[in-house]
Amino acid sequence: MGEWTFIALLFIISLILPAVPIIAGRLLGPRKPNPLKNSTYECGVETVGDTWVQFKVQYYIFALVFLIFDIEVVFLYPWAVAYHQLPLFGVVAGIVFIVTLAEALIYAWRKGALEWV
Amino acid sequence: MLDQANFLVPPIYYVALSGILFILGMVGVLLRRNAILIFMSVELMLNSANLAFVAFARSFLDVNGQVFVFFVMTVAAVEVAVGLALIVAIFRTRRSIDIDELHSMEG
Amino acid sequence: MQLPILESINLMAVLPVLIIAGWACVLLVFDLLIPRSRKHWTAWLALVGLLGAAVALFFQIGHFARLGSEAAFDGMVTVDGFSIFLQVVFVLTAIVGVLLALDYLPRHGIERGEYYVLLLFTTIGMMIMSMAADLIVVFVALELLSIPLYILSGFAGMRETSEEAALKYFLLGAFASSFLVYGIALTYGGTGTTRLTGIAQAVTSDALNLPLTTVGMGLLLVGLGFKVAAVPFHMWTPDVYQGAPTPVTAFMSVGAKAGGFAALIRVLVTAFPAIASEWGTLIAVIAGLTMLLGNIVAISQSNIKRMLAYSSIAHAGYILLAVAAAQRSENASFAIGAVVFYLLAYALTNLGAFTVAIAVERDDGTGTEIDDFAGLGKTRPWMALAMALFMLSLTGMPISGGLVGKVFVFQAALQAVPGDPLLLAVVIIGVLTSVVSAFYYLKVIMVMYMREGEGKAVLPLALKTVLAATAFGTLVLGIIPGPVFQMAQRAMLK
Repeated sequence: MGEWTFIALLFIISLILPAVPIIAGRLLGPRKPNPLKNSTYECGVETVGDTWVQFKVQYYIFALVFLIFDIEVVFLYPWAVAYHQLPLFGVVAGIVFIVTLAEALIYAWRKGALEWV
Repeated sequence: MLDQANFLVPPIYYVALSGILFILGMVGVLLRRNAILIFMSVELMLNSANLAFVAFARSFLDVNGQVFVFFVMTVAAVEVAVGLALIVAIFRTRRSIDIDELHSMEG
Repeated sequence: MQLPILESINLMAVLPVLIIAGWACVLLVFDLLIPRSRKHWTAWLALVGLLGAAVALFFQIGHFARLGSEAAFDGMVTVDGFSIFLQVVFVLTAIVGVLLALDYLPRHGIERGEYYVLLLFTTIGMMIMSMAADLIVVFVALELLSIPLYILSGFAGMRETSEEAALKYFLLGAFASSFLVYGIALTYGGTGTTRLTGIAQAVTSDALNLPLTTVGMGLLLVGLGFKVAAVPFHMWTPDVYQGAPTPVTAFMSVGAKAGGFAALIRVLVTAFPAIASEWGTLIAVIAGLTMLLGNIVAISQSNIKRMLAYSSIAHAGYILLAVAAAQRSENASFAIGAVVFYLLAYALTNLGAFTVAIAVERDDGTGTEIDDFAGLGKTRPWMALAMALFMLSLTGMPISGGLVGKVFVFQAALQAVPGDPLLLAVVIIGVLTSVVSAFYYLKVIMVMYMREGEGKAVLPLALKTVLAATAFGTLVLGIIPGPVFQMAQRAMLK
């Protein structure tokens, strides 16, 4: 349990360290608010427009296509590592998997998902 | 069955953490009203299950639990793809993804 | 670790699934070559694939009647009478799903080849669900079933209701899946395996971690309860059924439900026989609540799709009653036979009812109120007659498959009463709510025949075929149920 008490202590100290200056600032500092000080950026440009900035939909489509191949790696990595011991069926199964994903890519390509407009 | 010996951090701690994460995710789904945040809470629930799987697999020294995590990850990715597409489509037509505003059907 | 070899993969046992899966992948690319105005080609090609699977299934029926069961993919899936019977139901439902969409989609301006491809994919999910012998397969099949359905229910994208239905279905479905996954994780933690038979062994051994396993089973039930729309996990059903394009609603009200029940039975009966009286009681209580809520809320509905949604909740209650009756092992094969028979009867009847709803629906998606059925008795006598038959079958009136299904379900439940007296109370609820259901089903018949109205309906050849086939099937199940029920009886788990 020895190292755990140490971690617990560290956790408590790490909570206290930032808390002390914040609370001290609250208690000791003078407070004279005015509208200028309270604005989002005291010095700088006022924000304009909605926070819901429109990204191009293309970004989403690219991200989604990427996601598929990102996950593909999760399966291909163990497959590649165990490649030497795989029976024929294992190899074929992996190839079927890759072909299926390639098909998805063809579909995305033909539907125009890969063109940046 | 859970073998507590031989581990620096006992597996049951991970399971407890995964339980906490699962409940956090569940509370998030029930309390949040923004579709994206609800969806993120669902992802948290899925990943808490992943943590539990890995912890159990480690304590059983069994590979099946880890394989399951692969499948959960894949399904989560597919859900992200479908879910984001739906949410973007809804946002385009209504300029809002607050699920309380989805009530065109009553009865 | 021993890697599986080709013999233990046993591709022949899952041939129908392979045919549809391969065909769906081919069709996805092939659809790219088909010009926009000729998308019905994709539909016919999808039908070819489904018919191919049906032929393969036909040959398997005889094979498995002799052999009993076969394992495939190193024991991850089991093909037995139960899975073959349900696969027949799924393939038939998918064929109907294609036929219903054939002119619904162009009429509503939402014709795209992806509809048919997604339909094939979700059918594969259902078929695999019925043969799952491992919780990993249950999970993957459930997702393969659900995710295409999320997209399909939003297929009429420009309609606000469809979009909304898709998002609601998706969020609640994903929520339910996460319960299922966590339930599987805890079951795995409690028993050390995800194989259903392995879990059954572990549950009886000393090494079991009972609290973990029990909580895990509970969460699994929550996840599957969402899919079959059992109370209290039914909230999504009315909105999704109403908002989704009607062919999709028809397809998922039958297919997704049957898939959920397939998994429920596989998991409960195969993996948890040792704690059968616990889950039996739980399921019986849920069944009672589901019947009560579904039937009572359905009375006040004015939209036919919404009414059929509550009706589908109610019918899930009756099927759950038979599932609860499967808790006694000596009674299990009769109870499972009752479940699959009820699923088949419900599939035929419900598909027929939705076919009529599609015929009455107007091109802009309106015309789904029950009042729109007024006058059909005069303008479309045959269609009105078929609809009357479907409504009577859903109520459980004589000469219809619905009655026979209900009789089998109640009989199965009564046989199990000695083990669980609570079932008697639920059977009484079931009989009483059946009487209540006559209220809203007969209202449709009354509106068709008694009330004056335009009675407009579009009934192209594809819909006529489906209507004739489902009405015929409902009648056959009602008049000579014997042969089919014997087949259903043999459809037990091995």
